[in-house]
Amino acid sequence: MRETQGRVLDVAALARVEGEGAMRVRIDGDTVVGVELDIYEPPRFFEALLRGRGYEEPPDITARICGICPVAYQMSSSLAIEQICGVTVDGQLAALRRLLYCGEWIESHALHIYLLHAPDFLGYDGGIAMARDHRDIVERGLRLKQVGNRLMELVGGRAVHPVNVRVGGFYRLPDLDALRAMVPDLQWACGAALDTVSWVAGFDIPDHRGEWDLVSLAGDGEYPIMGRRIVTSASPDVVPVEEFGSHAVEEHVAHSNALHASWDSRTYLVGPLARYSLNQHLLPPVAREAASAAGLGSECRNPFASIVVRAVELLAACTEALRLVREYEPPAAAAVPVVPRAGVGHGASEAPRGLLYHRYELDERGIVLDATIVPPTSQNQRAIERDLWQVAQAGVSLDDAALTARCEQAIRNYDPCISCATHDLDLRIVRA
Amino acid sequence: MSASTPRVAVVKFASCDGCQLTLLDCEDELLGIAGAVDIVHFLEAGGPVLSGPYDLAIVEGSITTAHDAARIRELREQAKVLVSIGACATAGGIQALRNAADVQEYASVVYAHPEYLRTLATSTPISSHVVVDVELRGCPVDKGQLLHVISAYLLGRPPRLDSSPVCVECKRRGTTCVLVAHGTPCLGPVTHGGCGALCPAFDRGCFGCFGPADTVNAGALVGRLRHDVSPGTVTRLFHTFATDAPGFREVHALEEVDP
Repeated sequence: MRETQGRVLDVAALARVEGEGAMRVRIDGDTVVGVELDIYEPPRFFEALLRGRGYEEPPDITARICGICPVAYQMSSSLAIEQICGVTVDGQLAALRRLLYCGEWIESHALHIYLLHAPDFLGYDGGIAMARDHRDIVERGLRLKQVGNRLMELVGGRAVHPVNVRVGGFYRLPDLDALRAMVPDLQWACGAALDTVSWVAGFDIPDHRGEWDLVSLAGDGEYPIMGRRIVTSASPDVVPVEEFGSHAVEEHVAHSNALHASWDSRTYLVGPLARYSLNQHLLPPVAREAASAAGLGSECRNPFASIVVRAVELLAACTEALRLVREYEPPAAAAVPVVPRAGVGHGASEAPRGLLYHRYELDERGIVLDATIVPPTSQNQRAIERDLWQVAQAGVSLDDAALTARCEQAIRNYDPCISCATHDLDLRIVRA
Repeated sequence: MSASTPRVAVVKFASCDGCQLTLLDCEDELLGIAGAVDIVHFLEAGGPVLSGPYDLAIVEGSITTAHDAARIRELREQAKVLVSIGACATAGGIQALRNAADVQEYASVVYAHPEYLRTLATSTPISSHVVVDVELRGCPVDKGQLLHVISAYLLGRPPRLDSSPVCVECKRRGTTCVLVAHGTPCLGPVTHGGCGALCPAFDRGCFGCFGPADTVNAGALVGRLRHDVSPGTVTRLFHTFATDAPGFREVHALEEVDP
C-alpha cells in the first residue's frame, strides 16, 4: 500500500501564470488538511506612491501594475477620475475605448488559451512544446494575439502600456485608414476565434462545480466591459459601483502578499465564468450560438471549462472589434476637456481576469489624496484556494505527480495575475 | 537541441511582467527564436524549469527583497551573458519612488500586518547588484530592440543600441515639437531613445519611460518647462518611471533650492 501519511505537494514556482506564486497542498492520509496559494511576488506599493500625484497620472502609473492588462487599469482609473471631475466620455470616444479594450481581451485571452492553458489539456509543459506537434494551431493562436496587439497599437500607441489614453479620452485619434485596414484581419480573427471555441470544446474537461458567488459588471445593452453597475448571483439587487467597498472586504493573510476578498462575507468569483453566467444573453449572437454548440448552458460553474468560456469571449471581442471598426466615425475632438476638482470617484471595468475597481480622492488642485485599487486576482484568491482544496480532495488517490499537475491546472483555470494581486499590499490603510 | 544550442533563461524580479510579455508579443518570431535557442527557464511561458548554467539570462524587474538580492547574485554566477530589460531592471522602476519616501513611516501607518512583509526599503536596478552585460531601456522595452539584442547575441556580436535622446528620434521622424509648438511639457531632450519618439507622435509629451539619456542637462530643461507648468508638475514628470536614475534623481534637489 502506498504511504500517504503526511504527503505534501509543493510547487515552489508556478509556471504559466503572470507573476510569482507557489502552491502547497498538505494531505493527511486520504484527507486534504491544508491548501495555500503563496503569493511571494514582491509588493510594489502603488496606492502609496499614487498619493501626491496629479489627477492626470493614474492611467499611466496604474498601467504599470500589470503588463498583461494595462488597458483595464487605464480605463478603471480614467472612469473614476472623470466621475470626480463631472466628465462623461460617450459616443465614438467611448466606442474607441471599447475597441482598445477588445484588443486587450483578444491579446490576453489568446495568450492564455493557446500558450498557458491548452497545454494542460493536451499534455504539454508549455505552448512552445505544443507547437512542435501542433504548429498550425499555435500559429493561429499567435496570430489572434497579434490582431489584439495591433488594435492596441493603432488605438493606444503600443501593446504594452499604451501611451494614447488620457483622462477624458485620448491624446490623438487613431489613423482612420489604418483602422479600416484592420477589417480583413478582424474578419479572419472572427473565424479563427470560432474555430478556437470548437477546438477547446473538444478537450477532455474534468467535471467540477465551484461553490462561490459570481460577481461582474452589468451589461448596458452589450456584454460588459466598462460600466457603473454590478450584478451578483447571490441577489437580484444591482449594486452601483460607488457601493463596491461596502460589499467587498479584503483581508491580509500571513502566507500571501495579496489580499483575500469576500463579497457580503461570502467567497466570490470574478472573471469569465462570472461575466458569462450573469450576462450571456448580451453576447453577440454568433458568440451565443458558439457557446451553445460548445455545450455551455446558461450558467458555467466549472473552472476547468473556463477555457471554453474564454474562447467564447475571444469570439465576442473579435466580433465587437469588427463592428466597432466598421461603425467608427471620427469624433470632433480626441478628448473631453477635464478640469480637476475635489471629490471622490469610483471606476470599474472588466479586465480579462475580472472586475477591476479603482477609487480616488482628489483635492481641489487635482492632487491624489487617496487611492484604492482592487484587482481581480486578489478577489479570486479565496475562491481559487477553496477550489484547489476540492480538486486535491477529489484527486487524492492520484500519485503525487498527477495530483500536482491537476492542482496546477486548477490554479491556471483562473488565469491568475499575480503581478496585479500583489500591487496593493498597502491597501489596508489604518485610518482614525 | 544540440549541445551547442544556447541555453536561455528568462527571469523575473519585481515588475509588471510587461517586458517578458514583449518577448511573447513577438508573434512572428517567437517560434523561430524557440527553434534557435533552448529556452530552459521561462516560468510565464511554461516549458522546463532547469537550473543553470545559462548561456544567456534575460532579466526583468528590480530588486526589492533580500531574497531577490541573493537570487540575482546566484543567477549572475550561472549566466555567461546577462541582459537586463526594462525600466525596473535598469533604473528600479516606478516602485523606486519608495526610495525617497520614509519607509518606516509607511510601515507603521500603512500596513495592516507589516510583520507579514519581507521587503527592502529600496527598489534598485540589477546593475546595483551584479555586473550587467547589456541594458535595454523602456517601460516596456521596445520589441524591435529586444529582437535586435537577441539576434546580436545569436550572431556573436555586440548589439548596436542608439543612445540618441527621444528629442533626436522625434526630429528624425519629422514630428512637430510638442514643447515648442504647444507648450506641452516633454522630457524628450533628456530621455534615452529607443521608442522612436512615440509619445510626441501621439501629440503628448515624453514622460521619460526609457530613463535618462547618456548626457543630461536636466537643470536647463527644468527651467524651460517652468514657463508652462507648475514646479510640482515638473518634479512629478521627472519622478515617475525612472525616478532614481542618475540624471533624473537630482531634479528634486533643483526644485527645492529654487523659490
